[in-house]
Amino acid sequence: MLKWSSRELTVAGVLVILWLGLAVFAPDFFSPQPLLSRLTSSAPKLLVGCGIALVILTRNIDISVGSLYAVASVAAGHASHSAPTPAVIVAVAIVTGLCGGVINGFLVATLRLPSIVVTLATMVTWRESLRLGQQGVFINLPDNSQWFSLSMVPGQWTVVLTALVILASLAWAQKNLAAGRHLHAVGSDPEAARLTGISPGRTTFSAFVLCGVLTGLAAALNLVQSPQIDPNTGRLLELEGVAAAVVAGFAVSGGRGRLFALLPATLLLVSISPALTYLGAKPYWDKAVHGAIILAAVMADGLGRPKQGSRSQAA
Amino acid sequence: MTSPLLQLSGIKKAFGAVTALNSVSFDLRPGEVHALLGGNGAGKSTLIKVITGAHMPDAGTVAVGGHPISRLTPAIARSLGIACIYQQPALFPDLTVTENIGLRLESTSPFRRVRHSERRRVATSLLRQVGAGFTGETAVYDLSMPQQQLVEIACAIGAGAKILIMDEPTASLTQPEQELLFGVVDDLRRNGSGIIYISHRLEEIFQIANRVTVLRDGESVVTRELVRTSGPDGTSICQGFDEADLIRWMVGRSVERTPIAIPPASAPNRLTVHALGCDVSGVRNVTFDIRAGEIVGLTGLVGAGRTELARMLFGLTPADTGEIRLDGVPVTISSPAAAVALGIGYLPEDRRRHGIILDLPVAQNISMSVQSRIFPMGWLRPDAEKTLAEQYIRRLDIKTAGSGAEASTLSGGNQQKVAMARWLATNPKVLILDEPTQGVDVGAKSEIHQHIRSLVDEGLAVLLISSELAEILALSHRIGVMRLGTLTAMFDGQPSAAQLMRAALGNQEPGDQPC
Repeated sequence: MLKWSSRELTVAGVLVILWLGLAVFAPDFFSPQPLLSRLTSSAPKLLVGCGIALVILTRNIDISVGSLYAVASVAAGHASHSAPTPAVIVAVAIVTGLCGGVINGFLVATLRLPSIVVTLATMVTWRESLRLGQQGVFINLPDNSQWFSLSMVPGQWTVVLTALVILASLAWAQKNLAAGRHLHAVGSDPEAARLTGISPGRTTFSAFVLCGVLTGLAAALNLVQSPQIDPNTGRLLELEGVAAAVVAGFAVSGGRGRLFALLPATLLLVSISPALTYLGAKPYWDKAVHGAIILAAVMADGLGRPKQGSRSQAA
Repeated sequence: MTSPLLQLSGIKKAFGAVTALNSVSFDLRPGEVHALLGGNGAGKSTLIKVITGAHMPDAGTVAVGGHPISRLTPAIARSLGIACIYQQPALFPDLTVTENIGLRLESTSPFRRVRHSERRRVATSLLRQVGAGFTGETAVYDLSMPQQQLVEIACAIGAGAKILIMDEPTASLTQPEQELLFGVVDDLRRNGSGIIYISHRLEEIFQIANRVTVLRDGESVVTRELVRTSGPDGTSICQGFDEADLIRWMVGRSVERTPIAIPPASAPNRLTVHALGCDVSGVRNVTFDIRAGEIVGLTGLVGAGRTELARMLFGLTPADTGEIRLDGVPVTISSPAAAVALGIGYLPEDRRRHGIILDLPVAQNISMSVQSRIFPMGWLRPDAEKTLAEQYIRRLDIKTAGSGAEASTLSGGNQQKVAMARWLATNPKVLILDEPTQGVDVGAKSEIHQHIRSLVDEGLAVLLISSELAEILALSHRIGVMRLGTLTAMFDGQPSAAQLMRAALGNQEPGDQPC
């Protein structure tokens, strides 16, 4: 039984209208190969958005994911020289992401430091260490790592389906596993959650670790798409992830949002720039439209929930 | 006779269904200390908030210096010379004393130039007036609580306050500090200010007050003059009434006890607490036990350590000394999760904040503490959850649109029942209820009382914390009284409300049963 929330429906509706408009005015948008390529390059963003959304659910934020993504990519790139198999790339990227998540989780959940400061610090640290260690040099990846050693089209499908399966299982777990409910409880009211016997610290830690793992996996899904890796990859990726989460209806105050909504939200956000190109608009409208969509999402949250205010007055 | 500084008549104030003040009359004359007394929840804080303009009364008149004031706001109150010194001073800890005084007294225009020498001069002279032993350059951060109170008083004097409200000013003071404060109060009185003095220490009232007004259940029940005459040994003797009269006025008519079945003395001890203490929460040497099927009431003044004790038993601030036994087995309770696993439930004091999770549906709130039992391996089964929730919705008669309705849509009393249902679902051995009927309306209250009574039939041990003596007396088999962080008395049988109040205030009489 899949019940659609109003936010999923709204975002999906906007997406459908945009796509219908494109189908009428710019049917080229839907020619199969560029479409599949765009979906493939969006798959990592979907996973990063998932990770950030999980962290936002606990009333925290992780802005280090872009840097961690780059670190995971570079680490996996180096590893691929000694053991050139796709499995090694994926494993190294995930483990690197896991380590980054553990560090953030330890600092935020165990030492109780504010997540915005912690992840700002780790963001700068990872990025600068990378600059120092790599000096901006690109890393060539072995040929057989491309597309998981498949040919291009099946490889692209593998990337897209992997991301979709992971999103679907996380969305399912959010709804059907007790752990998912713990995230909501801790994000809604950490003290109340503690008073019912849930550990807010452990829950928050897990969210950060999961975010790191998803970031590592996203880096792997990106690595298999290109012959070499830019150590500056992943810049502003954290902002794209936060934007997707906000558009998907995740409340920055924690406790609210459904992971499944990330699918239409991410598709909407990644459709905008190609849509503008196909519709012949000037490219600098791109950021403005992005901004307008995020603003609309935040306003919908603010206007849609007046009871928040009346509740605090009631006390 | 000069007109009173402040005259309140027929003041009424209700918050939703709860009446906080119901026809209160009060006046303050120049040059007097007027003590305001009353138990927890008698309406003292609400009355102060009406006087300082923080609350608009629903009915009644406020007159300052003989002039009726129709809309009293905090700003108008301040301009009329009304100042309140709270128990917890509201100063900026990172600024110096001088800066704090300056902020309070000078114009708030953002582009005004600060004249530092003038500011220093004013602060120094005010600090001298209140006899402060520290300079204006001290950071408030470094001051003790009583020193901060002196800064507050200095601000009030500097603002030309004629009506000074002191809310339990001596609660954290040592004897010499208290003498110093009384000296300042005397000076203020001699200069023609009026002081409204709130304290739970009755002996202070006799020492310093000119008049006493007692509030009970939101009404001013008595206002009496204290007549002082010099005794043969030179000490002043107060006439007209004594401490016993004050306590009687505070407690009111005798509360009727509904007889409840006493659990058989042979019933085993569920919870045994021995010499329990915790430095952080200021609780020390608490010893008591609760038998299966017994409700032990726990009362005392606000701040006596009741909630702190509950938080220790639930592992929120784990105890660092003493022993807890559950069914005779020594246990360590280091976290709420451990407490839940051992079969201890805790319904916290502030339901609106932490009792339930308002964003989540009723069913999820009820199943929150039993997830591991009804959801093996963490798999949620919505049907099982719904069945569980509906069972408790029926049993506790929770009024909700359905088990899927968000908890925030329920009324206060029903939210409280949801919180209770959550703990009942865990099949607890011990349930701690902290002010279970605070802020719920009368109907829901008697329902909750019924449910608490029926709980113990199944052998549950209940620790009931309440400031309301009537509630404690109506429900408890035995009643403990806490004072200053420790359990000072445990009453078997049927103590009177006056006995409980005396124990809470620390006025033991020979007739009372010691712990």
